[in-house]
Amino acid sequence: MQAAISVRNVTKVYVEGKNKIEVLHGVDFDVEQGETVMLMGPSGSGKTTLLSIMGCILRATSGSVQLAGREVTSLSERELPQVRLRHIGFVFQGFNLFPTLTVGENVELALDLKGIRGDKATQEARRLLEQVGLVTKYNAFPSDLSGGQKQRVAIARALAGLPGVILADEPTAALDSVSGRNVMEMMRALAREHGRGVVVVTHDSRVTGFADRIVHMEDGRIAEADNESPRREHAAEALNIAPFLTDPSEQTLRIC
Amino acid sequence: MPPLAQRNLMHDKVRLAVTLTGVVFAVVLIVVELGLFVGFTVTTSSIIDKSRVDLWIVSRGTPYIEQGSAFSERKLYQVLATPGVASADKYIVRFSNWKTPEGAEEGIQIVGFNPYSGIGGPWNVVEGSIEELKTPDAVMVDEIYKKKLGVTKVGETFEIDGRRARVVGFTRGIRAFTTTPYVFTSFKNAQGYTRIGEDQTFFILVRGVPGTDMAALQERLGSRLHDVGVLSTSRFSSMTRIYWMFTTGAGVAVLIAALLGLVVGVVVVAQTIYATTMDHIREYGTLKAMGAPNSYIYRVIITQAGISAVAGYGLAMFVSVFIVHASRSGGAAILLPWQMAVGIFFLTLLMCVTAAVVSINKVTSLDPAMVFRG
Repeated sequence: MQAAISVRNVTKVYVEGKNKIEVLHGVDFDVEQGETVMLMGPSGSGKTTLLSIMGCILRATSGSVQLAGREVTSLSERELPQVRLRHIGFVFQGFNLFPTLTVGENVELALDLKGIRGDKATQEARRLLEQVGLVTKYNAFPSDLSGGQKQRVAIARALAGLPGVILADEPTAALDSVSGRNVMEMMRALAREHGRGVVVVTHDSRVTGFADRIVHMEDGRIAEADNESPRREHAAEALNIAPFLTDPSEQTLRIC
Repeated sequence: MPPLAQRNLMHDKVRLAVTLTGVVFAVVLIVVELGLFVGFTVTTSSIIDKSRVDLWIVSRGTPYIEQGSAFSERKLYQVLATPGVASADKYIVRFSNWKTPEGAEEGIQIVGFNPYSGIGGPWNVVEGSIEELKTPDAVMVDEIYKKKLGVTKVGETFEIDGRRARVVGFTRGIRAFTTTPYVFTSFKNAQGYTRIGEDQTFFILVRGVPGTDMAALQERLGSRLHDVGVLSTSRFSSMTRIYWMFTTGAGVAVLIAALLGLVVGVVVVAQTIYATTMDHIREYGTLKAMGAPNSYIYRVIITQAGISAVAGYGLAMFVSVFIVHASRSGGAAILLPWQMAVGIFFLTLLMCVTAAVVSINKVTSLDPAMVFRG
């Protein structure tokens, strides 16, 4: 089966004046379809840089990055946004919702970028919000939502246009533990049930149980890849927490 | 497209108010200055434009209407004898002095015309009639200048250069570009008020026979008459306008003020739209990270500028119409013809879109990787 993302011998060097700072040293990394991979490591280890390169936001200095078998390192500056638009969904630490738009409009905006407009966009936005259990909040503004709800809206937005890859940067950092687990479970379900590759950069050890694989980075290198799956048991434990959530809307997990 | 531009603009009401105030200020300033320019321009040549004649015979080298010199009225008969001429009338426009009963003196411009033909006479007569100007000493002034000339009603008498003048009527809206009001009277009275010889005139107003080639008639008159110039009405009008608006610098001053209004508008709108863009810079970064092309983001910013332009223009026109209306009773006319209103609308759009360029430059250079920094 073709990998959702394949990174080969990627380096990234920043030049500041006469100084060259190498932040990634020949990284090799694959994410399979349907797999949730957590990228962990201390600050400055190169996680976010690697995520940005996989997301076609940063260019690698050398090496190869393939999205669904397509080489993206050789694409032009005009082509890269198109790749992001068509193939990648982003989930950010700070949610990055548009505060002046309603929940529904936030999702519709992502659909509009992909050429889905009008009634079709409204129907699709409702469907996506239903998946994350927030269709009742369609006309609410982000400021009316809890942190967990905002991140679920961000996930619905990331799903707009059915991207093959979801890249999440610290998606649980601004959430309490219950909301964090809830969001992570949703991310893993997205990967499993739709064959998407999901990469989550995180420092949050509370959610590692949801990973199929954990990759540790240190000083710009893959330090350790945990290919075993003992964490899944933790994930199951986390699922058992759901009935005890205080906010009923946080319990809605209807991923389809 | 979800209404991101509209919502971003409406999000900060205070900033929106500042933006609209800037646009309104700039547009009103432009309307007033351009309106004054148009008003001045129309006023400088109104006597010529309203004369209803085809050609003007002027003393040689006359640069504008107020600078005419006297020449022999015998030329009138040469003009009348020229084939293609339907009528010709002697005409005077010359500065003189008006003395109020209290003894105060005011500069005026005597306009002497033939009250039997009415050619070159007053228009918009609101009290009295041109017929009454056939009587000796009869004059007509504009009601705008009643206070300046000390006139309160028809029938009052004054002195013009030591001679008796009796007000027999009033006109409305006939302004003079200079501070000297027009005083209409018969040609014969005007000869006395301006102390020119009985066989002298300043101008001869010529009407051609309908269907006559006016350019050919102008050439015929030019070759037949010596020591005078033959000008078409439109040419003499433009010479007078150009003299007053550009040679004196008066027009340049108002045009510069209009340009300053435009610059102020661009700066104010640029500043506020830039501030709005900076407020939402992370959202633009998110859009770029999601893969939005630059053109999509430009559309959001330009839509904001366009909304500011349309709303600001609407408010400014409301204020401007009020100012234009108020100026009707003042000494300086501010005119707002519809063509100018349409032109200013597009100018306002251009101003706001130009102002948005600063913000567009900022967003173009935005690194989408910013979304991963905290």
